[in-house]
Amino acid sequence: MIAVIDYKAGNLTSVVKALRYLGADNIVVTQSPEEVLRADKIVLPGVGHFQSTQLLADLGLTQAVREAVAKGTPFLGICVGLQWLYEGSTEAPETAGLGHFADECERFPAVFEGVELKSPHVGWNSLEEVRAASRLLRGVTPGSFVYFTHSWRAPLSDDTAAKTMYGGAFTSVVERGNVMGVQFHPEKSAETGLLVLRNFLGL
Amino acid sequence: MLTKRIIACLDVRGGRVVKGVQFVDIVDAGDPAELAIRHARGGADEIVLLDITATHEGRGTLLDTVKRAAAQLFVPFTVGGGIRSAEDAAAVFDAGADKVSINSSAIARPELIGEIGASFGAQAVIVAIDARRGKHGVSDAEVYVSGGRKPTGLRLVEWAREAEQRGAGEILLTSMDKDGMRDGFDCELTRAVSEAVQIPVIASGGAGSAADFADVFKAGRADAALAASIFHFGVTDSRALKAEVAAAGVAMRLPC
Repeated sequence: MIAVIDYKAGNLTSVVKALRYLGADNIVVTQSPEEVLRADKIVLPGVGHFQSTQLLADLGLTQAVREAVAKGTPFLGICVGLQWLYEGSTEAPETAGLGHFADECERFPAVFEGVELKSPHVGWNSLEEVRAASRLLRGVTPGSFVYFTHSWRAPLSDDTAAKTMYGGAFTSVVERGNVMGVQFHPEKSAETGLLVLRNFLGL
Repeated sequence: MLTKRIIACLDVRGGRVVKGVQFVDIVDAGDPAELAIRHARGGADEIVLLDITATHEGRGTLLDTVKRAAAQLFVPFTVGGGIRSAEDAAAVFDAGADKVSINSSAIARPELIGEIGASFGAQAVIVAIDARRGKHGVSDAEVYVSGGRKPTGLRLVEWAREAEQRGAGEILLTSMDKDGMRDGFDCELTRAVSEAVQIPVIASGGAGSAADFADVFKAGRADAALAASIFHFGVTDSRALKAEVAAAGVAMRLPC
């Protein structure tokens, strides 16, 4: 069973539809910590404000995810779902993330190298320095394009599995063991996105 | 590197894709769901489906079309036409759209922009603006509704800024002077809006050649450009177009 966590932030239709298209037939859209603990895989989608992840703590889902990933359940965070894996975000300083990865997410700079930078970062951008051993990115060629829409971004670290350039480099894919996140929308990223989701389903 | 987007637009009436030259000679160009999927496979970066009649009776047909298209679309998918409330938007999102485009309903009640954004995120709300140059050109360009027939008295740049402040995720700017002419986008008009707002601006109206796209990305500072008529009647492959635009020095998603 694949648990897709619903925390009332945006539209889950596209993610569920893409997983079904790839053959996942046992998907449960849920807010239940018990179901998260029982799941074979967990997906945390998300568009919107970091503050909406506060609901995860309020419903006991943060603790459930912490226990599930500790016993090895594969976890995929998408967009804000990736950001939540960090300690927090300047978008909502009062709301704590899972803290699985160090540091916090920050807003794109208004000016980069003397040039005004538009924000949000919207559109197709490339995955660079794709980690060869990444299980999530198996078969993904460096330079492949994926679809982004976001204003906050995660910092680079040793857990970065791919980076993307916009106002400097940021983490577009993070992966350590069974815990993974993508800043882009795999369900909207054509063949490359479907490949990433297929890799996740195959774990 | 962030690429510029080329968006294929399908104008739908009564469940079929239509394309007219300046709103006359409307010709049937096929099933919208099937065409949307073909465009995506052909390399379009994004698909927009506009219900140009948007009658109350036609809503069921439209939602069915959106559902059929979305089932096999894995690029961003926008639906516009006839969305007058957050409930209308929710129905379109439930059917599988990623973004909605609102135009006259946002002018009639600007709060609608924030209402849809509150539930589905700002990235899901495109405010479409139809504009014509004024007496003094771009500086007094005015916003129109009803397919470009009815002036609103709103200044283009002011309305674009207000839409952004109210939480629009993107602006879809159509030049009514250029629409259907196929002799190039209004780059000056596009640039005026692009420089006035932080959010992405999608240029529309006037696409005729690859050079037109390159111009609106460079001189017009558009983040994306939309075209309908140049893609129809069997032309659902945008790879050749994108290769030409890339050769003119614009970052494109290639291969795709």
